Amino acid sequence: MTGDGVAGPAVDAAAQAAARQKRFLQRFMDGVPHLRLMGIGYRDHGKDWAELEMPFAERQLADPDYGIIASGAIFTLLDNCAGFAVLVARGEMIPYATLDMRVDYLRGPAMRATVIGHAECYRITRQIAFVRGVAHDGDLANPIANMAGTFMFTTPPAAAPAAPAA
Amino acid sequence: MTSLAFAAALRDERHGRLDMLPYARALDLRFDQDDNEVRLIMPFAIGLVGAPGRLHGGALAGLLEIAGLAAVIVAQPDAERMPRIRPVTVTVDFMREGSPLDTMAAAEVTRLGRRIVNVSSRAWQYDRSRPIAAANINFLLDWPDAR
Repeated sequence: MTGDGVAGPAVDAAAQAAARQKRFLQRFMDGVPHLRLMGIGYRDHGKDWAELEMPFAERQLADPDYGIIASGAIFTLLDNCAGFAVLVARGEMIPYATLDMRVDYLRGPAMRATVIGHAECYRITRQIAFVRGVAHDGDLANPIANMAGTFMFTTPPAAAPAAPAA
Repeated sequence: MTSLAFAAALRDERHGRLDMLPYARALDLRFDQDDNEVRLIMPFAIGLVGAPGRLHGGALAGLLEIAGLAAVIVAQPDAERMPRIRPVTVTVDFMREGSPLDTMAAAEVTRLGRRIVNVSSRAWQYDRSRPIAAANINFLLDWPDAR
């Protein structure tokens, strides 16, 4: 049993739970083959947002001479990050599909930078979730790409419990 | 410059691999062309899977972008003199799920400008008339200092 301070046990328990959750999510992502191929991993999440990170790897490059990361790799990071934001906003792991997604490439990332995706699910309905987000290389306020996407739940929502007619 | 190596391959060969782009090599992309268009092929591989049994949308988007890049390159009047080509905006519609099969993609230049090229790219699997994903891409061309 731990706990040598008054606030200790509660803080420890919360930190341990967070670390456990992070390990679980990282393991889950390691099980997604294309994320593993691109080296994309879990970073952080909140109630309706998620962050993934993509440490630099040679295979992400479109142009080795200029060290330019393929926009497709950044698209993959943002697509998955947005999907993850949908799941945390929804509060359950259910199947979904990307309906459409737009990415504006604002500038190139710094050479060999870790690219971070940050996406927020700002509206969720029974069938569709709306997400916006950015990719950056260290400073959220100075993004390298901007994204907007819609996602669809691919299993029909379970029949809602009959709500009293309003 | 990579677009030069890519352009040379598209000028000299009917089909081949796109290993000069490390990202395209990671996706194992090949090209195949006739007088009308360049088609890209992304053979199925486990590393492309997102949700169980489905291709990751990001891999499809990557394929669509590189098909777009190929269309921009072959549309240039002089294969010896290539600008730097980068996508500025990419909008992808995902129409059907990507099955664990080979995926093809081809793109069409809808407007060829000197600085901006608008491209429409689509990907399909066994049936070309049933696209699984399509993209509208606007490419920006950076020409080496005007001579």
